[in-house]
Amino acid sequence: MLLIIISVSMVPMIVVSSTLYLQFRHSYREKVNDHLSELVLKHKQNIDNFLQERLTDIRLMAARNGYERLKDEVLLKRNLELLQQEYGSVFVDLGVVDADGRQEAYAGPFKLARADYADADWFKQALKHDQVISDVFLGLRGLPHFIVAVHSVENGRPWILRATIDFVYFNNLVDNIRIGSTGMAFILNREGKLQTTPGARPSMSGAPESAVLQGLWSVMSAGTGDVRIVLREDSRGVENIYAGAFLKSGNWLLIYQQSAEDAFADLHWSFMITTLIMAVGMASIFFMAFTLSRMMVIRTARADEEKKLMNQKMVETGKLASIGELAAGVAHEINNPVAIMVEEAGWMGDLLAEAEFQESKNLAEFQRALAQIQTQGRRCKDITHKLLSFARKTAATVQEVQINLLIEELIAISAQRTKFSMVEVRTELSEGLPMVRVSISEMQQVFLNLINNAIDAMGNKGGRLTLSTRAHNEFVVIDVADTGSGIPAANLNRIFDPFFSTKAVGKGAGLGLSICYGIIHKLGGRIEVESTVDVGTRFSVYIPAAQGD
Amino acid sequence: MSLAKVLFVDDEVPFVEALSKRLAKRDLDVIPAYRGDEALKQLAVQTAVEVVILDVKMPGMDGIETLREMKKKFPLVEVIMLTGHATVESAIEGMKLGAFDYLMKPCEIDQLVSKVKAAAAKKRQHEEKIMQARLKEITLRRV
Repeated sequence: MLLIIISVSMVPMIVVSSTLYLQFRHSYREKVNDHLSELVLKHKQNIDNFLQERLTDIRLMAARNGYERLKDEVLLKRNLELLQQEYGSVFVDLGVVDADGRQEAYAGPFKLARADYADADWFKQALKHDQVISDVFLGLRGLPHFIVAVHSVENGRPWILRATIDFVYFNNLVDNIRIGSTGMAFILNREGKLQTTPGARPSMSGAPESAVLQGLWSVMSAGTGDVRIVLREDSRGVENIYAGAFLKSGNWLLIYQQSAEDAFADLHWSFMITTLIMAVGMASIFFMAFTLSRMMVIRTARADEEKKLMNQKMVETGKLASIGELAAGVAHEINNPVAIMVEEAGWMGDLLAEAEFQESKNLAEFQRALAQIQTQGRRCKDITHKLLSFARKTAATVQEVQINLLIEELIAISAQRTKFSMVEVRTELSEGLPMVRVSISEMQQVFLNLINNAIDAMGNKGGRLTLSTRAHNEFVVIDVADTGSGIPAANLNRIFDPFFSTKAVGKGAGLGLSICYGIIHKLGGRIEVESTVDVGTRFSVYIPAAQGD
Repeated sequence: MSLAKVLFVDDEVPFVEALSKRLAKRDLDVIPAYRGDEALKQLAVQTAVEVVILDVKMPGMDGIETLREMKKKFPLVEVIMLTGHATVESAIEGMKLGAFDYLMKPCEIDQLVSKVKAAAAKKRQHEEKIMQARLKEITLRRV
């Protein structure tokens, strides 16, 4: 039951919340991805443009000046100054390289005149292609840098104009993309080597790991579209989102990295909130389910209890009725034979008194036996008479009675007995009680029974007998309370059963309370009893008040 | 001479027999009857009957009915009701109809005898008064 309530309430909640959450997550991720894509795409274009422009710059220079003029280092220096005027420190140096890889002229801060580039990758590339942008390398100067070079032909001989791009400047250009506290951008080459150094920031989860980077190239190239987005976990278990776009005709990969937690911070928040709401909801469902089912259990138990009580009462009434009929039948049939037996025994007694028996040695024994027969006959008579009065159907003469007067009368009647048993009688009679329509003799029977029982319960130690009257709804209630031995709980629901008695055999037939019960029920009233062992017993008799007409 | 002449009416034959014997032993002259109508017939014949002991509950004509008839036909006869019930009400009704007293079955023989004696005494007193009234009447007539 508890499980059913919980699951019925939980399942829809879980389904709804998780559906909503998943939907939200999906669209939010899409949104973040779109945003990242756009960002990366823009930067890719920026960087591509930048590189393209630098190439154009030196291509223009090469075209305008030609090999011979540029071989003049003064002019070259002049050109470098012009470029530096235009673009700041973007161009570090310029060099003119001949077809054999020898640097014919050099302008820049390093002593690189006459350097031999015959084995350099970029040079080999430059010979084959029109123009080249190299990967970042340390080169002869021992500092990270990269080279843009254009291949020109003069007089049938190829020559190459190369320029070094300021690494710091380029780095800043790339590193400019920053979102949140963990976002950073960098460029990878085909070997998965970093072409820029991502700026270290205090909150950053750390530089990208080379193991991750190496995988990225292949993953990204397998993807489609301008920007490819993947999620990767690094060795520390931090999940990162990587957005990548190819640059430089697919030779470089611009990667934007941000920790997923940071990128999806809002999502994270909403997840937390959803979880919190779920937790609170579940807790309240558990609580409600538990409380509700408990309440229901209690209510059902109470209903059962009431039903049981009612059944018991009905059974009791039915039992009393049938037992009453049986008792009346038995009493009628028993009474006459008993009467005859008693009379015959009496007759024998009469005969024994005659002279002829006086000599018999067993005379005394005969007389004792006959006396016993008569005693027992009388006992039978008492029982049958009580039974008959218990089962009596004819209505006794009913009249309107003030119950207080009746009680006082009863106290007077039983005064002898109470005095003898050292019982103190107290009365608490309410004034102005409504009249009741009862038979006085029946009422006497009821209350004498109760009073006698009370006196018996107090034994020879004496005690206090309290008779009180009060009005309760449409009833007049008479309480008969004693300070006697009390009734054990086990007996409490049997005391109204006919023939139930705890008195010594022959002392009580066990009919008194049955008779009371019958009489009061016939009147439409009820008898209640409460008792505590060794403290006392209180019988409350409810008699309906007479309708004032 | 017996103390009183008694008609004992009860449907229980053994009871009547036993009690009759006991009453006879106590110097009462007992005539038994086992039904209400039989009792009425007996009374018509046995004019000397002074007291009737009448059971209330009898088949056919019951005690109360019998009593009513008796009082109608033989107003001077005293009747003691015997009731097997605790239905004191019927006994009281009997008293209202003019019964002398009532007793519950089974009864103490001594109690019954003393009641019979008292009833007989009352009847005699009654008769005496009637007698004297008649005498007075006769005397007055003579005067």
